[in-house]
Amino acid sequence: MPGRGWGMSDEAFAIDRIRCDGYGSCAELLPEMIALDDWGYPILRPGAVPEALLPLARMAVDTCPVLALRLVDAPRATIVDDAPRAASGSRTGRPARGRR
Amino acid sequence: MTERLLAGPPLDAGPESYAAHRTRLGPLPGDSGRGEVIQAIAQAGLLGRGGASFPVARKWSTVAERAGGRAVVLANGAEGEPLGAKDRVLMRSRPHLVIDGALLAAGAVGAERIVLYIGEEHVAAHAAITRALTERAAANRSAGAPGIELIAAPATYVAGEESAAVHYVNAGDARPTTVPPRPFERGVDGRATLVQNVESLAYAALIARMGPAWYLEAGRAETGGTTLVTIAGAPKSGVLEVELGTTIAELAAQAGVMYHVGSPVLLGGYFGTWVAGEAAWNTPLDPVALRRAGASLGAGIVAFLDPGECGVRVTARTLDYSAGQSAAQCGPCVFGLRAIADAAARIADLGSHQEDLVRISAWSRLIAGRGACHHPDGAAGLLQSAMRVFDRDFAAHQHHRQCVARQAGGRAA
Repeated sequence: MPGRGWGMSDEAFAIDRIRCDGYGSCAELLPEMIALDDWGYPILRPGAVPEALLPLARMAVDTCPVLALRLVDAPRATIVDDAPRAASGSRTGRPARGRR
Repeated sequence: MTERLLAGPPLDAGPESYAAHRTRLGPLPGDSGRGEVIQAIAQAGLLGRGGASFPVARKWSTVAERAGGRAVVLANGAEGEPLGAKDRVLMRSRPHLVIDGALLAAGAVGAERIVLYIGEEHVAAHAAITRALTERAAANRSAGAPGIELIAAPATYVAGEESAAVHYVNAGDARPTTVPPRPFERGVDGRATLVQNVESLAYAALIARMGPAWYLEAGRAETGGTTLVTIAGAPKSGVLEVELGTTIAELAAQAGVMYHVGSPVLLGGYFGTWVAGEAAWNTPLDPVALRRAGASLGAGIVAFLDPGECGVRVTARTLDYSAGQSAAQCGPCVFGLRAIADAAARIADLGSHQEDLVRISAWSRLIAGRGACHHPDGAAGLLQSAMRVFDRDFAAHQHHRQCVARQAGGRAA
């Protein structure tokens, strides 16, 4: 169970759905954060990656065969359309830690 | 009925000429300043008519801020929605109002290029717009005016999705792209691009002339103004212009629908929501009120279900179409939508596997939000609403019994 007693990083997964070909290596590395659907495509747990899982998260990003997985600023990854984008704007534009 | 966009000569009289358009409405107000135009549209509270109901003024000011005078305006008249017709009717009957709106937007956001992106299958609209552009070129070719080009959008459902439209203009590929960057950030030619539905543009052209107070004289619920709607499945199907806040019951009366009050209606088309019941028929067709009710007018579609039709079969056909119209880029859409459509077809044809009903319900929740665009979300939402409205019919079909189709009507959605 991620989150319980763990500090959250300020990074979250973002996936390029067009690039993703369902290799599934991300889910194999990080089942705490990523499950696969009935067709082998990743289902991301929403929200930030726990600090303790960041090394594995980075490995998942680095080993994606089609480079479809990224780590981005946590608020950015949860944006689903234009309206909340404006509301969460104050937290974007901050440099991401680690990668990028 | 409140005719504004559709005021003027009868719709079957062909496209209104430039001379008639100017005589009737006067010239488009000149450069009164970008801010003023955007402010008037903001005061009118105009919401986009492509399906998302996004505030038009907000979109324009965002593009204006980012563009530095080098924006692009993409007028979206792709209208790939199978149940929709309002955009093509507008373009073929009032082409100059659409062009006015595109020019107004170009002035307001600071664009030097305008693309009219019109579905290739809308032949009459293409002819009307082509003629209208020729008329304008002859009448007032002024130096410095933005160039307007007409581009035929492929006849696919997703070609009208805004990133797909930009992709097609840039690279001849009408499939959605991964966002961000969104078109307002980086669109046509890599520039900030305003992608705006043609009805929204035409209303902007009227608001610029008549003012926001005039626009807001109509509107009976929270949102002021008028809208085009396409009525389907009715004796008098077709395109109407109505006050926002008009109810389904009133539209049914206008369109000669004699089905019982509360019978199932699909709002918003293939991306939309099935509703039923008396309360639904009396809900104002208003973007705010509908959002509260978990529905949307989408691109202005109100489709009545013929009493002879089975909601399960209609839903299965709709899903099959949506699965076939996937751009085939994202796994959850390619495989998930196809699996849902196939299972729904088995249910409709009384040949379902035991788990099919449970599966399509779970899958529809599983695929939503997991495509680069919202294509799977739209199909999933439609299915979930159909399973609520036609719940007994789905259950009967699942047990390989003929459905109780027409008893589904009077119940609340």
